[in-house]
Amino acid sequence: MKVKSNIAVSDNGFVFNPGSGESFTVNPVGLEMLNLLRKGMETNEIAAAISGQFEVESLQAERDLLEFSEMLRQYRLLESEDE
Amino acid sequence: MNKPTLTIAVTGLNAIDSPGPGVAVIRGLREANAFDCRIIGLSYESLEPGIYMHDLVDKTYQIPYPSVGTDVLLARLQHIHEQESLDVIIPNFDAELFSFIKLEAVLLTMGIHTFLPVLEQFEERHKVNLNSFGKKYDLFVPESKSIYVANEAGLLENDYGWPMVVKGKYYDASLAYNMDQVKAAFNKISAKWGLPIIIQKFIHGTEYNVTGLGDGQGNTIAAVPMRKQYITDKGKAWGGISIDDQEALELTKRFVRSTKWRGAFELELMKDKSGKYFLLEINPRMPAWIYLSVGVGQNIPEALVKLAMGWPVAAFESYIVGKMFVRYAWDMIVDLSEFEKISTTGEL
Repeated sequence: MKVKSNIAVSDNGFVFNPGSGESFTVNPVGLEMLNLLRKGMETNEIAAAISGQFEVESLQAERDLLEFSEMLRQYRLLESEDE
Repeated sequence: MNKPTLTIAVTGLNAIDSPGPGVAVIRGLREANAFDCRIIGLSYESLEPGIYMHDLVDKTYQIPYPSVGTDVLLARLQHIHEQESLDVIIPNFDAELFSFIKLEAVLLTMGIHTFLPVLEQFEERHKVNLNSFGKKYDLFVPESKSIYVANEAGLLENDYGWPMVVKGKYYDASLAYNMDQVKAAFNKISAKWGLPIIIQKFIHGTEYNVTGLGDGQGNTIAAVPMRKQYITDKGKAWGGISIDDQEALELTKRFVRSTKWRGAFELELMKDKSGKYFLLEINPRMPAWIYLSVGVGQNIPEALVKLAMGWPVAAFESYIVGKMFVRYAWDMIVDLSEFEKISTTGEL
């Protein structure tokens, strides 16, 4: 699971896909997940980081991450998807 | 450096809910680096807003509708040329292009430059010919058929399914979900733009547009892809954003290279769920959103004038991605005397 390299993400959580012209907003948790995914971190590493930062169980963080990743896939923000 | 001053006549000064490109073209010309310009507006009706935009348009003349023929148009242009010494004319309506293409050589002998598609290009990209155009140049186009009687659309039901797109030969398109809607759209559009009506298979997907400029030798001088963000009920972009879509740019370059397209154009593209691009329409002129090209670093109106004048033009190599245009309507206050003058004398 790799976020497309050309996706622009602002500090405010504004996400822009220059390939499609679509834009999105993410909340602080989503922003953190997105940034960690962009760094190439693994699912368990991201879940641990989110768990520590946002006071949530690691298992819950992992579930949220999977759900979030599915949204990224649907919105064609992941590398494997056809543009 | 002293810049030359060109006198440039521009049509398409209307700015209704389906706006003409003229005002946007003029804004680009006003920002040109290579020349200063005096702008002569060419209008068809007295309420085209560009006529009253005196900061953009120096003088306006009414010209006859294309339906009256090229002789009458030429006579009017000769009169205007005697008053204004035109250097360039930029026609911006599909419906008038045929006349201007026909007059191109005569205008040049008068010292008036244009940079238009050649007649063959203009004709073969026509909506009614789009199927054969796609085959000839290896471009995906949705299946379509020209019809003269609304009931003919019923024969396409099995092949095309619903909805179908009902299109006028110059402008207007609407989606029809059943035969009643086909008939209503057929009658409405044919009353305005005549026959045939084009029935096109509907492609589900996301619409993208590319505006660009070909030098007539197969080279792409400019190309800017845009995604519509806000679309009016007439399908017009009221907001859009420049995007980085290499596939759309490649398709555009292939289109220009294979057709040796001469002049400005707008490609209307639909990308389906599998990522395949379909060419829906080729507009042989600049679009109403052409000022976005200026905003992202490719002043297409300026480059077109330079090509028309025979000046060297380097191809643009980049543009800013993620720039938006947001259109708005603006009420001007106009003295009745101005309306009276353009209505009675045909000049303002």
